[in-house]
Amino acid sequence: MNILVCLKQIPDPEIPARDFRIADIGSANLVSDIFGENALETALQFGGKITVLSFGAPSAEDTLRKALAMKADAAALVINDTNPNPDPLAVAQVLAAAVRKLGGFDLILTGRESGDWGAGQTGSLLAEELGLPCVSFVDSIEGREGGVRLRRQTESGFEVIEASTPVVLTITNDEHNVPRIPKVRDVMAAHRQPLTTFTLADLGVDVSNRWYEVIEMSIPTKETACEFLTVEELAQRLLEVTAGA
Amino acid sequence: MNDVVIVLFGNDRAAEGLAGAAQRLGGTVRAIRVEEYQPEECLTALAEECKGARAILFSNDTYSQEVAPRLAHRLGGSCVGDGIDVQFVDGRLRVTRQVYGGKAEAVIALKRTPGVAWLRARSFAPGNAGVPPAGPPPSRRRDAAEPAGEDAGAPKTRIVERTASQSEARLEDARVIVSGGRGIGGPEGFAQELQPLAQLLGAQMAASRAACDAGWVPPTWQVGQTGKKVAPDLYLAIGITGASQHMAGISEAKQIAAINIDRDAPIFKHCRFGIVEDYRKVVPLLRQKLSELQR
Repeated sequence: MNILVCLKQIPDPEIPARDFRIADIGSANLVSDIFGENALETALQFGGKITVLSFGAPSAEDTLRKALAMKADAAALVINDTNPNPDPLAVAQVLAAAVRKLGGFDLILTGRESGDWGAGQTGSLLAEELGLPCVSFVDSIEGREGGVRLRRQTESGFEVIEASTPVVLTITNDEHNVPRIPKVRDVMAAHRQPLTTFTLADLGVDVSNRWYEVIEMSIPTKETACEFLTVEELAQRLLEVTAGA
Repeated sequence: MNDVVIVLFGNDRAAEGLAGAAQRLGGTVRAIRVEEYQPEECLTALAEECKGARAILFSNDTYSQEVAPRLAHRLGGSCVGDGIDVQFVDGRLRVTRQVYGGKAEAVIALKRTPGVAWLRARSFAPGNAGVPPAGPPPSRRRDAAEPAGEDAGAPKTRIVERTASQSEARLEDARVIVSGGRGIGGPEGFAQELQPLAQLLGAQMAASRAACDAGWVPPTWQVGQTGKKVAPDLYLAIGITGASQHMAGISEAKQIAAINIDRDAPIFKHCRFGIVEDYRKVVPLLRQKLSELQR
């Protein structure tokens, strides 16, 4: 099967809360978004020809090179030189245009949400833009006649879903799709592999935000004074709280 | 008049909070209850049922997150998820949500109508009007109304199996949660110490990413930025240091309590009360005390 995995480069989500400043987001260390890597790992385990695609700053090449080192077969980057904070619809429209250009995918995978804005909409909107069905929160893929058999996580357990292809899947994490660590040799080789790049002009897409806009951003200041208790007191308090619950 | 729709899946225990959020928006509130969920059919039916709505609210379960953005797209509206506050400003839906794993909060204004949002419904007060009665299930009505052949051919996706793991109860709706982290040290600690404690407290079990990734407990237990977002009255964190990624999942908990061996663990900055001690010493004693007090 021909599989496309959409990846995103984001500011390092491991930055401790005490060091996090809104003004510094632009200069933070950049890493590959984890759910995208879970998606790539899921695709690699399923097998097929895997193309990775990202829409981002020129630095997103690092995320794609890492994916090639993890053994993706081909990579494409749509360079964003216009809108530093595209909304989910703008992103989906850019990705959809790139998908149409690259063509012929049976499975299109995205992470369930990203570690920065965490909107959780890109995969769903990409499916709508392409006129394809979509299944969310998938953690593993198996082949079947005419399509795929998927397992996805719900609040209370799991569901098995049969889907015909082409289909868009959003991938969540699970103990089986922890991203592999690329071999040093493959990291070196990945730097010599070709990378397809598109500009927004190549794709002819408008990336202005028409879905939503961010009006305000702030850092919540919530610190509680912890009362340290004895075991007896703790038992008492727990019963008081749970009695009212 | 604002037409506000709330969409409920099955026996949605977040319904009251969702109705409360809808009531705060003003206008008339109607409910749509989806009994038999299949993604593509549900979407088609909802797109029909929700025509004319100004706002469409969902809670934050799997099905809601799966259909909400697509529904907005089909109706020419906009969508935002994981809201902790929602209001109309100048006729547009405005939603507050956490970003950057809970390290920041953003106020987001939807640009198109209808405004579709999925919310952490449990963190909204129920309101005084209650949950409006739902009309007949949309999928059924659609089947009756639609001429045969419209959706000819096999469905493109089909849920063929549903497996409930451990308990049917949704962690998102739990009022009391006992959660364990890396400090628990292995699956035995969860099974022998935490689970009996949870039983005494009538609590549901959860875990940090570290404990889930280690395979000590099922991945469906995971709470945090890459897991579930919960809003219990009490969250008892045991052996959890409280990294911001974990806190992102419990920011709507009314009270957080912790048992941790490290007094400097960030979790204590968010706690109402707690104990600095090895859980292996505390939990057996705590269970004993609870049993005595409950007798």
